[in-house]
Amino acid sequence: MRMLRHIRPNWLKSYAFFYVLFLYLPVIFLPIFSFNTAATPRFPLSGVTLKWYGDLARTPALIDAAWNSLLVGVSASILATLFGICAARAITRYRFPARRSINGLLMAPLVLPEIIVAVSMLLVMLQLGLSLSLITVVFGHVLICIPYSLSVLTSGFEGFDRSLEEASADLGESAFGTFRRVTLPMVSPAIISSLLVSFTISLDEFIMAFFLTGTDATLPVYIWGQLRFAAKLPGVLALGTLLLAASIILLTIAEIVRRRAARRTQNMGGVLA
Amino acid sequence: MPDRTIANRSMIEISRVTRSYGSFKALDETSLTIREGEFFSLLGPSGCGKTTLLRMIAGFDTPTSGSISIDGQPMDGVPANRRPTNMVFQSYAIFPHLNVEQNVCYGLKRLRLDAAEEKRRVEEALAQVSLTGLGKRGALELSGGQRQRVALARALVMRPKVLLLDEPLSALDKKLREQMQVELRRLQQAVGITFVLVTHDQYEALAMSDRIAVMFGGRIAQVASPKEIYQRPVNCQVADFLGGMNFVKAEIVEENGASMTLDTPGFGRVRTDKPAAFVRNGRAATLGIRPERLRVLWDDATDAHEVAGKVVDRHYFGEITHLVIEIPGFEKPLSVTETNNFGADDIPVGASIRLAYDPDALVALAD
Repeated sequence: MRMLRHIRPNWLKSYAFFYVLFLYLPVIFLPIFSFNTAATPRFPLSGVTLKWYGDLARTPALIDAAWNSLLVGVSASILATLFGICAARAITRYRFPARRSINGLLMAPLVLPEIIVAVSMLLVMLQLGLSLSLITVVFGHVLICIPYSLSVLTSGFEGFDRSLEEASADLGESAFGTFRRVTLPMVSPAIISSLLVSFTISLDEFIMAFFLTGTDATLPVYIWGQLRFAAKLPGVLALGTLLLAASIILLTIAEIVRRRAARRTQNMGGVLA
Repeated sequence: MPDRTIANRSMIEISRVTRSYGSFKALDETSLTIREGEFFSLLGPSGCGKTTLLRMIAGFDTPTSGSISIDGQPMDGVPANRRPTNMVFQSYAIFPHLNVEQNVCYGLKRLRLDAAEEKRRVEEALAQVSLTGLGKRGALELSGGQRQRVALARALVMRPKVLLLDEPLSALDKKLREQMQVELRRLQQAVGITFVLVTHDQYEALAMSDRIAVMFGGRIAQVASPKEIYQRPVNCQVADFLGGMNFVKAEIVEENGASMTLDTPGFGRVRTDKPAAFVRNGRAATLGIRPERLRVLWDDATDAHEVAGKVVDRHYFGEITHLVIEIPGFEKPLSVTETNNFGADDIPVGASIRLAYDPDALVALAD
């Protein structure tokens, strides 16, 4: 026992260190090489430059792809959040048969092999006679985003004390007024958080976009296309770095908003012994 | 305090109200009149239908059959937001995203008062619940007791005809609870609004109410003043719920009109009022006497009414001692609570003892 107690902290520390290193080393390489003057990603770095970032702004195909990604991301996040609100409200508010299994089905796209889902979606779209475009990509992304949106919204709605809505009605407020003055302010952090998370997922998603798009590329699809040319690699690295930064910033904001909302509902729940 | 005159005008009329959930009847053909300006309590164990009744008065629940009217107006189909009632919720339901002032004037906003009048009413409500100066405090920074006061102010500021209170003190600790009992009672007398309180705590109901309805299994067992409920319970269930009670098996000797004569091995022949709910079932009946209505007879003291027995158990509670005394001929031992002023806490277990009782304190109880 005594030996174990001596050894364990060190062992645990190094385990944790390698764990984090394994997770984030590749991610760190990306920004490092994006500032490298040489076109090939190899140590030692030959010099520091912002050239590749400057080039990005002068690539019309890239600007188009970014615009496409923005369109798809905004549409998919709004749609996924709308569906998520309905589902989360039903799951947290009502008791109905097979509630848990339905919740499980809605969360399933999280673990289903994405390439299979993408191929199936492609088949369905073609069967329906839809021509591939950004709209079909939005459909795919809504499917992928719903589980994320649902889990964020469910945790946001769960702490909501039903008697708050009753109190509002009791004080003379109408159903719509109650929604506007109580329900919406209480759940809006979860909604904002869901929008941000869904947008980030859509922004980075490749497989669905690759299968379901027509001639319009989203950013990940554009990056995939560029990887065939060795000379374009530094540009891809710079673009990747920007996407990475955007994702981290959006997810951080989403998490801060979600936690603030959770603290609010938890504090009030504490009164109920 | 309860002797204060209450207008003999009815405020809430509940007639033959039933609320069923499938085959379960949460409330069964209940009728009740609550008077204007009265502090009325619905008392009973959990699941007795008291909260269901309160929620139907508020408009959060609809009777399966029967009707409720408030101040002469039938409430059928009237939603909660159009009723002249306001409620203090068990969880207080303080809006967490608003501060104290915004919580209190939540309902006023719809009345579109001018700013000065609105401010005056909020200040007045905050003063009524002793929260003056805390208007800008956020809802999350309040203690349990303060949240309770905000919930009260938020309801009172609407000047309802009826204030409904759903177990408002159950989340508070004992000291604060007792303090709030006094304050709620004082507040009710100051504003003169009809209060309807739901509680499972008999002491809370006894201390605050003008009248109490004791409920069991979706029915009202008795409606009366606290004193009458405590001293003249109609049946064993009510007697048992309202504090300690000794039940003694008795035999009916004579029964005429409103009174009856009962015989027991220890108390002899006793003439008592016949409870309204009494249904004769052979010759057996039950007599009840509260533990504090039995008195220890010290030394050579005698009384016209006494029973002798032996102390079998003793529990010390600080200001009182609880003695358990076996009486020959009684099926169960008698419980006696005696103040410790005369040394009841020193009576040894096993001692022979004589008890005096007041025959008027013996009540016949329906089953």
